[in-house]
Amino acid sequence: MADLQAIATQVRRDIVRMVHAVSSGHPGGSLGCADFFTFMYTERLQVNADKFTMEGRKEDLFFLSNGHISPVWYSILSRSGFFPVSELATFRKISSRLQGHPSVDKKLPGIRMASGSLGQGLSVSIGAAITKTMNGDPSMVYCLMGDGELQEGQVWEAAMYAGSKGISNLIGIIDYNNRQIDGDVSDVMGILPLEDKWKAFGWDVYSMDGHSYDSMRDVFAAIDSNASNGMPKMIIMKTEMGKGVDFMMGTHKWHGSAPNDEQLANALAQLPETLGDY
Amino acid sequence: MALKTFGNKDTRSGFGEGLRILGETNPEVVALCADLTGSLKMDAFQKNHPDRFFQIGIAEANMMGIAAGMTIGGKIPFTGTFANFSTSRVYDQIRQSIAYSRKNVKICASHAGLTLGEDGATHQVLEDIGMMRMLPNMTVVVPADYTQTLQATLAIAAWDGPVYLRFGRPSVPIFTPDDAVFQIGKADVLIQGTDVTLIACGHMVWKALEAQEQLAEKGISAEVINMHTIKPLDIEAILSSVAKTGCVVTAEEHMMNGGLGDAVAQVLAKNSPAPQEFVAVNDTFGESGTPNELLKKYHLETVDIVLAAERALARKNA
Repeated sequence: MADLQAIATQVRRDIVRMVHAVSSGHPGGSLGCADFFTFMYTERLQVNADKFTMEGRKEDLFFLSNGHISPVWYSILSRSGFFPVSELATFRKISSRLQGHPSVDKKLPGIRMASGSLGQGLSVSIGAAITKTMNGDPSMVYCLMGDGELQEGQVWEAAMYAGSKGISNLIGIIDYNNRQIDGDVSDVMGILPLEDKWKAFGWDVYSMDGHSYDSMRDVFAAIDSNASNGMPKMIIMKTEMGKGVDFMMGTHKWHGSAPNDEQLANALAQLPETLGDY
Repeated sequence: MALKTFGNKDTRSGFGEGLRILGETNPEVVALCADLTGSLKMDAFQKNHPDRFFQIGIAEANMMGIAAGMTIGGKIPFTGTFANFSTSRVYDQIRQSIAYSRKNVKICASHAGLTLGEDGATHQVLEDIGMMRMLPNMTVVVPADYTQTLQATLAIAAWDGPVYLRFGRPSVPIFTPDDAVFQIGKADVLIQGTDVTLIACGHMVWKALEAQEQLAEKGISAEVINMHTIKPLDIEAILSSVAKTGCVVTAEEHMMNGGLGDAVAQVLAKNSPAPQEFVAVNDTFGESGTPNELLKKYHLETVDIVLAAERALARKNA
């Protein structure tokens, strides 16, 4: 297995090539979460890539609530063995299993719930976590959300429920890049103070650098040591939208825009091929 | 009445009894409620199986999402709240997390239609059948009386896929025998007739039976079909009846747009055009009042079905 940085670089190449090929999709948040997805699917999640089942018994479940960053998920799933890497070339094309936003109706291994309409993933994750507890299944449920997504009311219904009922086999992660379609999250509608909000809702809250594997290892080690405290866990993960491609960083403009041919060449020059392009 | 009856009861109690039975017979069944346990008659299940009952609080969107997630790992969640809060309030959650994701959730909805009564239009959803039958993957069941609601509750637990089960608050006559066989998607032809077909669902089935008697006194032979499943619709039952009678009245405690009548009209237009009259609420919200006052004001009474049948017959014979 290649080292994490090499995988993450290839994932970033996949992302920009996928969205360029169909002139659509969401590269910014995908690039920002490439390191996190690489860490999760390489070191953290206990999942069966070669024997995917919808039920997911006795394995960790991962839900992507901010479904628009599907490119990063599709890339890491394929590079983890859930489906052929060559299928990345079908992203957003007619009859593809790689829909613009994740879906289950075309049966893409690795995905158990449609997402795209924001704010729904945390509720779904709570339900999956409850069923795991009822089934005596000790594996964990993870849910990644965007920071702008926290403006959806349903997130706070779910936050209140999980905190008050002590859903302790649930780990939420917020991709805190402070960017959304119309600008900075803090300008569009402020979500701070994040840590205090989640604490007030009864969650055990952690801060993590979404571009540092050491930080990820430290935070998950801390979470594991607190696994029996009866609380749901929330990780506020600081990331940079567009990370790894200089002209996509420091702006919200690449949230949902694809690079042209020249921009693609520029981006790929910054992301050397490591595992072989699809 | 041509049919034997077995007293009066509310359909929601049929749901509650069905859920109680499922608690004993199917260990994968779980129940979720958004602060309306008593109104939904979910108390018995809650008391008997506290470990399988989930009080979600007044957070219906979260309830639908949790229910969808609980199916992953094999649970069969039954959600319970009023019909309005089971559909229009949470349509996108149902659309994405349940219907599009094809999760085995049973959305159980009480207090549907005008007969909720005094609470008024905010609670009287009249669009729910339409909204739910438009969703791919969704099955829509609207049983007619207590016993059929009980049987439908058992049947949807064994049905693979998302289901919307609609029932109500008022006490209505029971005409379904205990030993009736309930089959999703297979309509009940309750009375055979030759002049006009009355197709009804929910509380309006009893009124269609009353209308059949009044029409018989006028020498008109009406066939009565209990269309308890709106989707998948029993097309064969509609077409074979209309082949005999040549005209149709549909009756539902629902908006004219989008409901049972529209579903039947589509079948007729595609296969065998015939005059159809609609007994339904005509593009207006409800209001406060007693159930019977509301049914009268919004033209959902037995007499309205009789008059509609006469109009359909006149058009057929014109």
